[in-house]
Amino acid sequence: MPFKSIKQSPARILPARLSESRWRPGLAEQPFHSEIFAPATEASGAGLALALAGDALTSLNECPGKDHRHVLWVQDRAAIRLGGRPCLAGLPSDLRRRLIHVAAATPEDMLFALEEGLKCRDFACVIGEIAGNPRALGFTASRRLSLTAERHRVRLWLVRLDAAPDLSSARMRWQARAAPSSPQRWNPAAPGTPIWHAELFRSRAHAPGEWILSDDKGRLHVRPEPEPEPAITPDFIYLGRPTVGRSLATRARA
Amino acid sequence: MLLADARALCPQLDAVPADPAGDLAFLEKLALWAQRWGPWSALDPPDGLLVDITGVAHLFGGEEHLLRDVASAFTARGLTVRAALAPTAGAAWALAHYGPPAAILAPENDPLRQLGDLPVAALRLDDDVLTVLHRLGIKRLNELAGVSGAGQNDPRKEAAARDALRRRFRNHRSPAAHPLLRLDQLLGRVPEPLLPVIAQVMPLVQRRLMEPIRHRDLLDRVLEDLTLDMVRELEARGHGARRLEMALWRVDGEVLWRRIELAAATREASHITRLFAARLDDVEAGFGIEAVQLRASWTESLALSQADLDAAAQQHGTSLAAFVDRLSVRLGPKAITRPVLRASHVPERAQGWQPPLDPLPLQQDALPFHTRPLKLLDRAEPIAVLYASPDGYPQRFRWRGQVREVVRVEGPERLAPEWWRERSTARLRDYYRIEDDGGRRYWIYRQGIAGDGRGGVPDWFLHGLYA
Repeated sequence: MPFKSIKQSPARILPARLSESRWRPGLAEQPFHSEIFAPATEASGAGLALALAGDALTSLNECPGKDHRHVLWVQDRAAIRLGGRPCLAGLPSDLRRRLIHVAAATPEDMLFALEEGLKCRDFACVIGEIAGNPRALGFTASRRLSLTAERHRVRLWLVRLDAAPDLSSARMRWQARAAPSSPQRWNPAAPGTPIWHAELFRSRAHAPGEWILSDDKGRLHVRPEPEPEPAITPDFIYLGRPTVGRSLATRARA
Repeated sequence: MLLADARALCPQLDAVPADPAGDLAFLEKLALWAQRWGPWSALDPPDGLLVDITGVAHLFGGEEHLLRDVASAFTARGLTVRAALAPTAGAAWALAHYGPPAAILAPENDPLRQLGDLPVAALRLDDDVLTVLHRLGIKRLNELAGVSGAGQNDPRKEAAARDALRRRFRNHRSPAAHPLLRLDQLLGRVPEPLLPVIAQVMPLVQRRLMEPIRHRDLLDRVLEDLTLDMVRELEARGHGARRLEMALWRVDGEVLWRRIELAAATREASHITRLFAARLDDVEAGFGIEAVQLRASWTESLALSQADLDAAAQQHGTSLAAFVDRLSVRLGPKAITRPVLRASHVPERAQGWQPPLDPLPLQQDALPFHTRPLKLLDRAEPIAVLYASPDGYPQRFRWRGQVREVVRVEGPERLAPEWWRERSTARLRDYYRIEDDGGRRYWIYRQGIAGDGRGGVPDWFLHGLYA
C-alpha cells in the first residue's frame, strides 16, 4: 500500500510558541484584561494590581527608557467608600506623577470610563476598582472590556472588591488576600514588605496555581512556596458511621 | 430621398452610417485641440468651433498668419476648414459660413459695411424665422439693419424702427429666433456668453511590470496597488469614481478590458478591489501581462469627509485630552482628577486633587521614611479598641464588625495639629502601622492623648490601608 500523507487536523497542529504553563513574574506574554478578587477591608487587591501592572510594563518594555504615559485609576463610589482613594505618598514613586484618578458614581459610569481609558493611547495601563457584583458588569460588559483592551493594546487590571467570581471574559483571574509580611530588617516587630497570597484560578495561558507574592521596591517576587503537604493516605473519618445500603468494604475501596 | 432610391440613381454612392454622438465627441476633442490658438474655445454644434483669440494673434505673427496656421493645421489632419476672424462671435460665424475664405474683420472696420451683403442666414437664425424674414423681403443683413434702423443717425427714428421689428418677434425669446437680438450680438451691442470647453483629465494610474505576470495573486497585488494610487488621485481632486476601467496589456499585444460601474461615487480602496477581484476570474494571462492600467472614466465630486474620524480613533486610540473631554461630559468635570501633594503634614490635607491636564505644581517629594498607606479612607473610620497594650497601641480592635488581633506594630508617629489652620482644641494624632494576624496592614491613629485637656478618653480611628 503506497504511503499516503494524511493532512493534520487543525486541532493537532501545535501553536507556534507554547506559552509557559506555569505563571511566573516577568513573562513576555501579558494578558490584556485581568481581574483580581480581593476583600474590601484590605488594599491587597490594589497592591497586587499595581505590582502586576508594574511587572507587566517592565517585562514587556513597550517604551524603552522611561515610560511617561499616564496610569488611569478608576473607582466607583462604593469602592471609594469601602477602600478609600489612592494616597499619593503611598504609591510607587514612579507612579506619583503619572496617576489620573476617575471617581465614577455608578458602575455604568465606571465601565464607560474604563472603556474610554482603554481606547486612549496616552495610558500605559488602566486599573479599575469596583465593589460587589453590579448588574452592569455582566459577561457582555467584561467581554466588551476585553475586546477593547486587546484592540487598543492597553492593559486592564480590574480589582473586584468583595465580589463573587461570576461570569467574566478576563484572561486571567486572581484571588488575592494579604499574607503576613516579611520581617523588616531593622525592626522585626514592624510590618515589613507587603506580601500577598495570590491564587490564579482561571487563566487561558497558564495552569491555575497559588503563589506568595511580594512587591519589593517595584519588583514582583515569588516567595519560596510553602512545602507541599506530604501525601498521606486519606483518612476515612466516616468509617465508623452506620452503613446504609452499601457495605463498608465497597466504601473503603472507592 | 431614401438611400435605396439614391443608390438606384447612383450605384457608386458611398454610404456611411451617421454617427451624431461620435461627431460630437470628435468636435469636443477638436475644440480642446483648438485651444492651441486661444485660451478658450466653445462648441458650435454640429460642425463649428469658436475660439477666443483676444490678445493672442501676435504670438502667431498677426491675424493673417494665425488664419494661415489654422488652415494648414487642419489640412495636415485631413480636415476642411473655413476660418474667419472677427471682434464678435456672431460676426466671425457669419464670415466663416457666408463670407470670403480667411476673412478678417478688424475691430476698426464697420461690421455692417463688410457684412452687409451676407444673407440673413448668417445670423444663425432658425429656419422658420428665416422663412418669415424672406416673406418680409429681408434677404441681406443690411436690409435687416435698414429695417431695424441700425444705421440711422437719429436715435428716435432708430428706436421707432426697432420697435416695429421687435413687436413682430415679441414672442420669440431665444436669440436663435430673434433677428434683432442676433444682429445686436453680431454688432457687439449685446453680450453673447459662450460655454467654453474645459479639458477634464481622466484620473489614470498604471503599472508597467518588469516581469510579465501570469498568476492571479500577483495580479491581485498589482490591482491593490493600482487601487490605492487611484484613490489617492481621486482624493487629490475631491472626486469619487462612478466608472472604472481596467486595461491589461498582454505580452502578445492583446488588451483585455474590465469595467465596473459603481452605484455612488466612491473612493474606498477595499471596496473597489473587491469589485474588481470578482471580474478578474476569467482573465486569460496567456504568456503574461506586462502592463496594467486603471482609469476612472466617470467621476463625480465627492467631498473629503471626516467619516473615518472614528475609524482613526479605533486604530490609533484617542488622546488624553479627548478622553478627558468624553469623561467630563458624562461624569461631570470633577470626576476626573489627578492627585498632587500639598504643603501640609496632615494626611488628608497633604494631598489635593486638581484637573488632570493642569500643570503639576512644583512639589517636594514625600520623605522616604514616612511609610504611607496605599489607600486613604475619605473619612477615618472609628475603631473599637477591645484591649490596649501597656505601650499604648491596641492589641485587639474591632473594625467593620470584625475583631482583629494586632501582631506587628510600628509607631507611634506623632502628627501635631496645624495650629495655623485648626482651632486650638484640635488634638494631635499618634499614628501606628499595624499588621493583624491575617497579614492585613492598616494605618490607625489615636486622636489625642489622655490628659491633654482637650477632651475625654482619646478615640481610635482607622485611616489607611496598606498594600
